[in-house]
Amino acid sequence: MLTEGESGPAADAAAQARMVKRRPPARRVLPNVEWVALAVALGLPLVLGDRTDLVTLATNILILSMLAISFELCWGLSGIMSFGQALFFGVAGYAIALVGRDLDFSDIWAVLPLAMLVGLGLSALFAAFLLLGRKTPTPIFVAFGTLTGSYAAERLVSGWQYVGAGNGLSSVKLLKLGQYEFVEGDAFYLLAFGLLLLVYLAARFLKRSQLGLVLAGMRQNEERLAFLGYRVQLFKAVVFSFAGLIAGLGGALYSYHQGFIGPGNMGPGLSTTAVVYCLLGGSGTLIGPIFGTALVETLSYVLSDVAAIRHIWPVILGLVLLAIVMFQPRGILGLFVSERERIGSYGRRQGR
Amino acid sequence: MALLEVRGVTKSFRSLRALEGVDIDVREGTFHGLIGPNGSGKSTLLKAIAGDHFADSGSIVFDGRDITRATPYERARAGISLKFQITAVLPELSVYDNVLLAAQSGETLPRLLFSASRKALDAEVGGLLERFRLTGRADDLAGELSHGEKQWLEIAMALALRPKLLLLDEPTGGMSPEERRVTGRLLAPIKSHCTLIIVEHDLNFIRDICDELTVLDQGNVLDRGDVETIQRSSKVQQVFTTRV
Repeated sequence: MLTEGESGPAADAAAQARMVKRRPPARRVLPNVEWVALAVALGLPLVLGDRTDLVTLATNILILSMLAISFELCWGLSGIMSFGQALFFGVAGYAIALVGRDLDFSDIWAVLPLAMLVGLGLSALFAAFLLLGRKTPTPIFVAFGTLTGSYAAERLVSGWQYVGAGNGLSSVKLLKLGQYEFVEGDAFYLLAFGLLLLVYLAARFLKRSQLGLVLAGMRQNEERLAFLGYRVQLFKAVVFSFAGLIAGLGGALYSYHQGFIGPGNMGPGLSTTAVVYCLLGGSGTLIGPIFGTALVETLSYVLSDVAAIRHIWPVILGLVLLAIVMFQPRGILGLFVSERERIGSYGRRQGR
Repeated sequence: MALLEVRGVTKSFRSLRALEGVDIDVREGTFHGLIGPNGSGKSTLLKAIAGDHFADSGSIVFDGRDITRATPYERARAGISLKFQITAVLPELSVYDNVLLAAQSGETLPRLLFSASRKALDAEVGGLLERFRLTGRADDLAGELSHGEKQWLEIAMALALRPKLLLLDEPTGGMSPEERRVTGRLLAPIKSHCTLIIVEHDLNFIRDICDELTVLDQGNVLDRGDVETIQRSSKVQQVFTTRV
């Protein structure tokens, strides 16, 4: 091993200068945002009180946030451009609706794991086809593959009478915990909140692990990672399947909460909305997609209720989203969170 | 037996024949230099060995195993590590994380998920950073390093893979004379546990650290032998005086 003296005085002086120029530790914003979000989510039922319409909206936001996190794991974390996350969401929603209708069964301990398995199995199948070939797939191939899957599934169920065709499946059996039935309201809100918290913590654990470091490297330079000895496509397939599991859980909750699941819940429309949630809120963080979901859904709710703009609110919303994507590509959270914090740090780090 | 046996390797890019049947043997524990004029096929040969290109024909046997059609991942796992000509550090990750990423590449997926090896690898990563004079920059982003430091980081990453064979493509490219001297001293100790193939334009650098040389010219092996033999070779002198 070399000693310091070997570099010579000039090199030592240069090294000293660099040491002096090192930046102070960046202020960490994300933990504060997470605590605020947690406090808001916990306090919301108390604030909303009897406004059941708003509790329903808030529950919807929590459920759709799972879809947003599912997309974030694919794109923000691993660089997989999936335009079909709603496929796993919708198919799981249909699966539990059919189990309720045909088997008269909706026990929470069985149906939610079933929905996750459906999401996991279907996404693993897509991953095997789209990601695990001998030849490295291009991002465009994966984007079109997932988009086509989502579109084809929507068309298929739209014409399939057994699953309600274009009308979808309504009167989905209520979710049960023993004798207790979850209906819209505070109980369902707390259930969705608890499950979203678990999903968030699991995704956070993944992101901050050494596996998260591999994914962060993969997102920057896949080829380099292959030369370091990583089976890049296998890592992608694993994350894609995990994301499918989360989308499946969200789909089941959505189906029970709405009492309905339709072809649109697995199509490109909802898949693209998940992309919007992430880009708007701030891809690259896990809290950003939740923030984006809350913003889009709340704006949609408010704008659709204003008589003057009732018919053109989707256009206004679309323009707002377009402006954000064009002028703030790191999303709204990107205004507050440094690039360094967004990407994360895995080894020794100031303030670790 | 040679650690690496390259036999009759050819590689074309459309109408350009970059390699025209190259044979090379690299013995274990040696530093082997590849030299030649620009466009002689040095980097192409290195990339064919690392798996960045597949050879059109011929065979590459590493450590007794035919790796001619193996993927870069498979070759890396077999013990071949490449430092690219153009630095390919991960610019948005810290210097420490770049080396950690390389050091942990042999870990299984569950161990990575549960960060089971992070503490154990800390000493190894720290040691490599110290050896390549990057300790003071461990927490800085790799993209912020100077060119010379990026080259050292690349070499540190390549060594973190604990390779049997290290391929260095112009490791001193863009470095100052002082940095080149330091790089030579940094590489010398790895001979005890690693075989090296190095592509380099700086003939003084090559002469100082290599045991054997292969001279390529227009995709063919022009000459091979120890440093003194090559220095005396009239064929080599002719190529270098007329085309370099």
